[in-house]
Amino acid sequence: MKWFIDLFSSSIGRKVVMALTGLFIILFLMVHLIGNLQLLKDDGGEAFNVYAYFMTHNPLIKMVSYVNYAFFLFHIGWALLLTIKNRQARGTEGYAVTSSKSSIWSARNMGILGTIILVFLVIHMKDFWGQMHFGEMPTKTYGDHEVKDLFTVVGSAFQEWWYVALYCISMVAIAFHLWHGFESAFQTLGLNHMKYNPVISFVGKSFSIVVPALFAIIPILMFFV
Amino acid sequence: MKIKLKVWRQKNKDTKGAFKTYNVDHASPDMSFLEMIDVLNTELIKKGEESIAFDHDCREGICGMCSLYINGHPHGPLQTTTCQLHMRTFKDGETITVEPWRAKAFPVIKDLVVDRTAFDRIQQAGGYVNVNTGGVPDANEIPIPKRIADEAFDAATCIGCGACVAACKNASAMLFVSAKVSQFALLPQGQVERKERAEKMVAQMDAEGFGSCTNTYACEAECPKGIKVANIARMNREYLGAMMTSYEGSTGGGGE
Repeated sequence: MKWFIDLFSSSIGRKVVMALTGLFIILFLMVHLIGNLQLLKDDGGEAFNVYAYFMTHNPLIKMVSYVNYAFFLFHIGWALLLTIKNRQARGTEGYAVTSSKSSIWSARNMGILGTIILVFLVIHMKDFWGQMHFGEMPTKTYGDHEVKDLFTVVGSAFQEWWYVALYCISMVAIAFHLWHGFESAFQTLGLNHMKYNPVISFVGKSFSIVVPALFAIIPILMFFV
Repeated sequence: MKIKLKVWRQKNKDTKGAFKTYNVDHASPDMSFLEMIDVLNTELIKKGEESIAFDHDCREGICGMCSLYINGHPHGPLQTTTCQLHMRTFKDGETITVEPWRAKAFPVIKDLVVDRTAFDRIQQAGGYVNVNTGGVPDANEIPIPKRIADEAFDAATCIGCGACVAACKNASAMLFVSAKVSQFALLPQGQVERKERAEKMVAQMDAEGFGSCTNTYACEAECPKGIKVANIARMNREYLGAMMTSYEGSTGGGGE
């Protein structure tokens, strides 16, 4: 068992935790987006409400969601740990002159981007996830199923301009975070090969633009339409 | 040409240092950066002041001794070693800031000289191959594909100057260590200690207090020998594979 602890307390092992949890969250983002797009369906929220009920009541989904919460916590916790360790590695005296030419902005600022996303996550969880799980909410009946009307809650939140703005800014932060994070995860796991690098790069960059853009378009459409 | 030089001066390991500004009035564009400091030092000695301490040895770009952080770049604005950097790279009248490498694992000994023996200890931990004594083996006995040999040689061109550590915002030594792991991992001669090597060198790297790689690739951009970050991916692969499958279970990991 000692080898296992050694592995995950090593500099590379810690990065592997970041990469694996990050990739899982990327998968989650995709599922989340497909669910959210149902908000745009012109059916008074039936598809979205039924989906929200399913996501909070299906035992398999529930199990996966606990793994997802845990991975989020690991991703944040390990990021803090690595940041502290990396700061210490630089030493007490920093450089007087630094250049930003040799690396991209998003790669150097994953911590700041992550913090913006975390703030967004807390607000987002409190208003929607928290309401859905623990809050008092109006209900709607479809057939013989009575489900919570999350659609109306989301809809009224997206009538506030500042809420829409918060969403858009956060999605930009996620886009930059993914721009570096997606490819970086593969590099950390050692998955670097000249035959596959262009594919990973293309998928990563497309994902980091398309997914946040689609997420952001939902509140914008609901605000204006 | 005239140059204003802002240099980090520090008496020894335990005292605090500070920047001091010097004027170099008779620099030639054909001088190397180190020759320019030689000229300044001669003037300082004549005036009875203490000369600026800096590391240098071969002055032809292969020993890895010179280690100056110039205007925000290790080895200056070009992708060369400091000894191969010439004053024509700078503008007349420019102020140039010269700092030592900054990393916890590379403590400043004096002025611009840092202690880089951490790299030696990483190398000693596993950067070697054991060869049995006996008759000299035939040179072409073991077939190695040309491309593999080239890749191993590219990794082996690392001179261990520490520019990767200096450039990295996390002071990570992974480009150096990965080059040393790769040059053997790619070749048949390196197979015997392959797993042990990856485990021990990474463990030593962590013990020395270097940071973790966040894949900004600043190291690759600054490396005077053009070592590729693909080596870091290979080292990650080698290390993960080794830790999960090796017979040895007691090499230690982690920093402090």
